[in-house]
Amino acid sequence: MLSPADIATLWLTFKVAGISTLFMLLFGTPLAWWLARTESRWKGICNAVVALPLVLPPTVLGFYLLVLMGPAGVIGKFTTWLGLGTLPFTFAGLVVASVLYSLPFVVQPLQTAFAMIGARPLEAAATLRASPFDTFFSIVVPLAKPGFLTAAILGFAHTVGEFGVVLMVGGNIPDKTRVVSVQIYNHVEALEYSEAHWLAGCLLLFSFSVLLVLYTALKTHPVAHQSLK
Amino acid sequence: MTTPIQVRFQLDYGVFQLAVDLQLPGTGITVLFGHSGSGKTTLLRCIAGLQYAPQGFMKINSRIWQDSERGLFLPTYKRPLGYVFQEANLFPHLTVRANLHYGLKRIGKKSPGAADLKPVLELLGISHLLDRMTDNLSGGERQRVAIARALALNPEILLMDEPLASLDFKRKQEILPYLSRLHQQTNIPILYVTHSQQEVAQLADYLVIMDEGRVVASGPLSETLSRLDVPMAQDREAATVWQAAIIEHEVKYHLTRVAFEGGTLSLPAIDAGIGTLLRVQIYARDVSIVLEAPAATSIINVLPATITGIVNDRAGRSVVRLQVGNQVLLAHITCKSALLLGLQLGMPVFAQIKGTSILN
Repeated sequence: MLSPADIATLWLTFKVAGISTLFMLLFGTPLAWWLARTESRWKGICNAVVALPLVLPPTVLGFYLLVLMGPAGVIGKFTTWLGLGTLPFTFAGLVVASVLYSLPFVVQPLQTAFAMIGARPLEAAATLRASPFDTFFSIVVPLAKPGFLTAAILGFAHTVGEFGVVLMVGGNIPDKTRVVSVQIYNHVEALEYSEAHWLAGCLLLFSFSVLLVLYTALKTHPVAHQSLK
Repeated sequence: MTTPIQVRFQLDYGVFQLAVDLQLPGTGITVLFGHSGSGKTTLLRCIAGLQYAPQGFMKINSRIWQDSERGLFLPTYKRPLGYVFQEANLFPHLTVRANLHYGLKRIGKKSPGAADLKPVLELLGISHLLDRMTDNLSGGERQRVAIARALALNPEILLMDEPLASLDFKRKQEILPYLSRLHQQTNIPILYVTHSQQEVAQLADYLVIMDEGRVVASGPLSETLSRLDVPMAQDREAATVWQAAIIEHEVKYHLTRVAFEGGTLSLPAIDAGIGTLLRVQIYARDVSIVLEAPAATSIINVLPATITGIVNDRAGRSVVRLQVGNQVLLAHITCKSALLLGLQLGMPVFAQIKGTSILN
């Protein structure tokens, strides 16, 4: 069975993933919009930087974040100056790391969705007196809804599944930074296979359900397969 | 009296340059005609502000939409225009009604009522489609909704970019009558882009012919159609279009007589009342020339005319422009006939018209 400590890690994991997903959507949406529409020569570099966590070992990202957010790092000095202290081994640090780590899973589906909408509906909206801002919310968001759902689900699920970055940046502090993946590692280290099974099973079920939703429900979403006619 | 629309744009994409300076009438349908790549769509997009021409001036109803010398450029969404795209470009996540309401809500009608849409629904015959989603509509219905959506805002100008080009022949025939009605029932000036001579003949009051980013000719329809220095006059499909009114039905012969400025024509019976206005298209290849009024001929329409222009092409053909009353007529004849008849400018002749087509 799941112990109260296990349940606490589950709760913490979903809290980190939920808050991170919100931030990723907040930053990822304008970033994806810009990447989908721009012809700037910086586009390639930005795309590469955003996609970096896809190929980088999580420990590498975690290591750099640890250094940057530590007392001697640029981010660390800034947060200290703000009176927030340093971020490593805190919940906030975990969220920052998760946002960077999972951002490509949010940006890429959004970017694809925005690119697929194309310029034509935006032009139609402009000829019907809608400002660019208005057009974004009245046309782009509804048309990119499947993209937003995919982005949120993938961002959330990927954050739930992270391990390396969490261990480097967050450590293993109960109720603060100890997430499910770390707890499973703890159980296995202590040869508590039965407890590890329960938690691992929970994550397996969760991940499968998420992907099932993604591949079945979204396929039949009314707007998902519509292109402009 | 309406003020003309001033349009001046210069744009250089390297491979393509646009250089246009036009005064367009503030009423009726002005057709921008040209082959693909002639710059007609680019011009329309510059007028709408969808494309930015670094050198530009655009003025309508004493309001300036762009003046690059003063650094003025009104973004599209602030221009009181209507735009109909080649593809209807309806919003797929909205019903037909919501598509029609989209613009109305943005010009201050918070909750548009039935009265706001009634005129355009009737004009375009789409009342029965209001609750449908747009992907259930046929191509023709979709384009009618798009026209209604643009018209609902009562724009100062309606810009139409090849609205029929993506439709098959049947759908085109379905929409053309609506466009003619639009023409008769609104005072909104319309700028209509097309590469179809058929649409020019059917809709244009004023014609602008474009080629390689420049204006080749512009002016009232018949005047421009009959200009011998314009490739259109040489085309196999060259034709002139006359405005005429029905004056008499000769029921016995299944004929209808119509009057144009300077004469009358007999046409195959038309099912419309006396006084109805129509457009009669006369192809240059259907017109022949005789020097004296023929005593006996099976051709029913023989009109006195004066030769006002002759050019020969390289294929042994002469294009002759004739003045008939106040109307202009084109005739395609062989160079040999022109020579044998001794055709000369100013010469009085008779034009025999073998066939006509009624456009609306």
